[in-house]
Amino acid sequence: MSNVPAELKYAKTHEWVRDEGDGTVTVGITEHAQDLLGDMVFVELPEVGVVLAKGQDCAVVESVKAASDIYAPLAGEVTAVNEAVSDSPELLNKEPYGEGWLFRMRPANAAELGNLFDAAGYASVVAEEEN
Amino acid sequence: MLIFEYSRPGRCNAAQSPGSTQAYADIPERFRRKQPPLLPAVSELDAVRHYTRLSQKNFSIDTHFYPLGSCTMKYNPRACHTLASLPALLSRHPQAPTASHGQGVLACLYDLQEILKSVTGMAGCSLTPAAGAQGEFAGVAMIRAYHDARGDTARREILVPDAAHGTNPATAVMCGYEAREIPTDEHGDVDLTALKEAVGPQTAGIMLTNPSTLGVFERQITAIAKIVHGVGGLLYYDGANLNAILGKVKPGAMGFDVVHLNLHKTFSTPHGGGGPGAGPVVVAERLLPFLPIPLVGYDGHEYRWLSEEDCPQSIGRLSAHAGNVGILLRAYIYARMLGAEGMERVADYATLNANYLMARLQEAGFSLAFPKRRATHEFIVSLKNEARDWGVTARDVGKRLLDYGFHAPTTYFPLLVPECLLIEPTETESKQTLDAFVEAMIAIRREAQESPELLTGAPYSMPVKRLDDVKAARELDLIWQPTA
Amino acid sequence: MPFIPHTQEDERAMLAAIGADSIETLFDEIPAELLAKGLVDVPDGLNEMAIARIMHQHAAGDGMPLCFIGAGAYEHHIPAAVWEIAGRGEFYSAYTPYQAEASQGSLQVLYEYQTMIASLTGMDATNASLYDGASGLAEAVLMAVRANRKSKSRRVLMPMTVHPAYRKVVQTLVRNQGVELVELDYSGSGNIEPEYLQRYNGEDFAALVIPQPNFFGVLEEVDALTDWAHANNMLAIGLVNPTALAVLSPPGEWGQHGADIAVGEGQPLGIPLSSGGPYFGFIACKQAHLRQLPGRIVGRTVDLDGRTGYTLTLQAREQHIRRAKATSNICSNQGLMVTAATIYMALVGVEGLARVAHACHANTHALVERLLQIEGVEQVFCSPYFHEVVLRIGQPVAEVLRALAVQDILGGYDLTADYPELGQALLVCATETRTVDDIERYAQNLERILSRRKEGPICSKLRPKEGTI
Repeated sequence: MSNVPAELKYAKTHEWVRDEGDGTVTVGITEHAQDLLGDMVFVELPEVGVVLAKGQDCAVVESVKAASDIYAPLAGEVTAVNEAVSDSPELLNKEPYGEGWLFRMRPANAAELGNLFDAAGYASVVAEEEN
Repeated sequence: MLIFEYSRPGRCNAAQSPGSTQAYADIPERFRRKQPPLLPAVSELDAVRHYTRLSQKNFSIDTHFYPLGSCTMKYNPRACHTLASLPALLSRHPQAPTASHGQGVLACLYDLQEILKSVTGMAGCSLTPAAGAQGEFAGVAMIRAYHDARGDTARREILVPDAAHGTNPATAVMCGYEAREIPTDEHGDVDLTALKEAVGPQTAGIMLTNPSTLGVFERQITAIAKIVHGVGGLLYYDGANLNAILGKVKPGAMGFDVVHLNLHKTFSTPHGGGGPGAGPVVVAERLLPFLPIPLVGYDGHEYRWLSEEDCPQSIGRLSAHAGNVGILLRAYIYARMLGAEGMERVADYATLNANYLMARLQEAGFSLAFPKRRATHEFIVSLKNEARDWGVTARDVGKRLLDYGFHAPTTYFPLLVPECLLIEPTETESKQTLDAFVEAMIAIRREAQESPELLTGAPYSMPVKRLDDVKAARELDLIWQPTA
Repeated sequence: MPFIPHTQEDERAMLAAIGADSIETLFDEIPAELLAKGLVDVPDGLNEMAIARIMHQHAAGDGMPLCFIGAGAYEHHIPAAVWEIAGRGEFYSAYTPYQAEASQGSLQVLYEYQTMIASLTGMDATNASLYDGASGLAEAVLMAVRANRKSKSRRVLMPMTVHPAYRKVVQTLVRNQGVELVELDYSGSGNIEPEYLQRYNGEDFAALVIPQPNFFGVLEEVDALTDWAHANNMLAIGLVNPTALAVLSPPGEWGQHGADIAVGEGQPLGIPLSSGGPYFGFIACKQAHLRQLPGRIVGRTVDLDGRTGYTLTLQAREQHIRRAKATSNICSNQGLMVTAATIYMALVGVEGLARVAHACHANTHALVERLLQIEGVEQVFCSPYFHEVVLRIGQPVAEVLRALAVQDILGGYDLTADYPELGQALLVCATETRTVDDIERYAQNLERILSRRKEGPICSKLRPKEGTI
């Protein structure tokens, strides 16, 4: 079983969300997701300032064999993107919960955060998929 | 070494170019090129040697067995190449008048249209699509034109099975539709319950391959046709697997409204290292007005191109001229050599070869994806157990096969089956070749068990060892830059 | 059985291994009502000798006329070695190079091809080919609509100086995606007047297509057009002839920043005319748009031992991975044609291609000078041209061309259907393969036909290749 940090929230589509406590959240993909996709070779990030609906496809991560859309886990405005992963997509493989983050957003409704999975909930999503 | 590295300034291949080099007095300076392009300056011998050597670094049908599922890598008869390359055929300009300088080539193309109609049980044929994917485009565009012509413009979805070729959903999008996936049941057939739930007034049509990409015949095809036609949708037949049923089952009889054929599969035209193909479309009566142009018409005296004036409802043109005529001629020659009887035998022996290989590999301990089903012209082996137990993947087995002198089967397609090898031997391979392939598979399976690292490091006997495709994608190097 | 090697003994042994009584049994999953009763309309099979006789007859009937037609397909000299090597079984019968280690030959050829095309067009990146120039232009249009970050428009400016068939093909291929082509008129000089574009200032378009040379053979003011496109937030798509690029400025250097996408028909690079195909389309672009390129791309990398090798790359753009979100549905391209074109460019070389371009220009110049000596023949546009020219002949073009065809001369492309406003106009071309004698033969026949026609009606039912008029 891959690492699922307890302090994060998760979407069914394998994004993680960290509450930064300043009205913004950081979004990335889980260790399980990067493991499924394999060695990352390209990341396409959203533009800063774009307003996303919950579930909207807003980024793409590519490995040699696969490409996967990233869906906005919450509705809100993109406030920053991680340019470092554009230059070094392997960060998603090495540090999916750290340097490999994708973008920050300001959720339209912070309470929505509570509707996401906690670590245990996400772990059971993964376990179900593997069956 | 690259051809550019043989290059020496001032070396010129005088035999291959006109002599004069005078200036272009009447082309103003502002239009002219300032720096010459980076083309080689090499002798004819250097070039001939270089490209002959490169050719020797390739696998090909002429040198190796390709059990490549869904690709139908059969023998490409040399006669097709030689006879389609007669000087008058090669030098004919596409705008040459057909009445005085084109009755020969048009007669061949007209006959090919008739043969393809007969083989598929359809009413009309257009040869112009340049490849399977362009044939798919033409087919779905015709479906759209049909609905539009009836004022039925609310249809926005094309259904595709989840095991379909990637070209199917990509084509639906190019035609302005959304692709909606339909799941497959445990026996490899379309999930009828899911299909019934998915269809409705929004359904423009469904794209199917039969036999499916899972290597089994879709047994419920008549029921599927009824469900889709029942909501006003049309049925599209992806001809990728026609070799399995050539002369046995006509797509028209299964209820399909439009079919594309991959002549570079079923009709044995060469793959050429990735093309050119040819993807003619054949259609049922109701789609006749929408066929892409030009078509070849014949009034009993003269063959001629049918164009916009003859076919006002056509979806239009797909290439500047008439598609890949040279490839169409090869297919025509092949079809004439086979004749009716020869064609009927294609499916027989393609199916015999596949079922034989499947039986032998199962006996040797390989797991089949659908053990309770007959193979069609192809079948799937899943290496799930080998991956779990010994840590070797389908990719590794494919690479190791190269060392044994066999091209790898299709790996990782269809995506539904984990660690899959999709194997298609075609009718032109002998029992002796198939037996040698089985022996190689048995030996590789033993290696996987005893020394799996042998597989994960393979191949060893190719011009290069396993290539770093992650580096290729991360550090893009797509064109050569001379070092100063 | 043609091409099926099985002996009766093989067949028996194979059925035994399967555990089936007959081949028929293997089809027992197919519902019986679907089985065909045989292919009644397909003729009986022929052996190689018999089909050879038929094909030789067809070829002889089509003949080998003296050709002065261009219009998007050009008769060039093809070195013997080009198809000797491209026709080798190792290239001819190879599969798509998905198994890179077993396809280094094809892959390296493609890498060399990409280098040559990028350099010819002055661009940063290119793919491994599209079907032909016309469908290539459609891909370029779709690509520009996706790639233009400054405009969300789905409208593209399409000059009438683009090949009429190309415009039709683009229309077929982009229409269903809601892309609209807005036609752009040409001036009395036979090209796009940069001043004329001012009327579109401030309008929202995704791209401007710039043909060089254009369909009339006339050179467009590419620098001004490219800069105008960029000033109006459009991408510039250069539609170019590869032979001409040996001497004309490459799209990557047009205007201040260069065009964004270059596309064209590759047939002039060693591909036989063959009634229109197979040819190949090339497409190239600036680095910024690389990920919007459709089709296969080859990259250089290393193997486990650090040795140089080649492999398909950036495959996540393509349909087999990206499915409904792919940049295009293209799968097979025109690999063998590209192999031939690469060998052609290597054999002819940097100087040879420039000489070919010059000889085409010089021969067309000589042809036009000679034909203009004939009474009633006039040049329609007095503008710089590459290797095609529009002539007006004062008599019905179709009938004159038919009369020439009887003499085994293909006198040009009839423009009256696509450009009725030009009157009785035709487009002529003389490549490096035409000689002084060829030109004289054309001129004398044309002269005689035109003067005869002036004297009185000619028989409207001329039979091919018999006698003189």
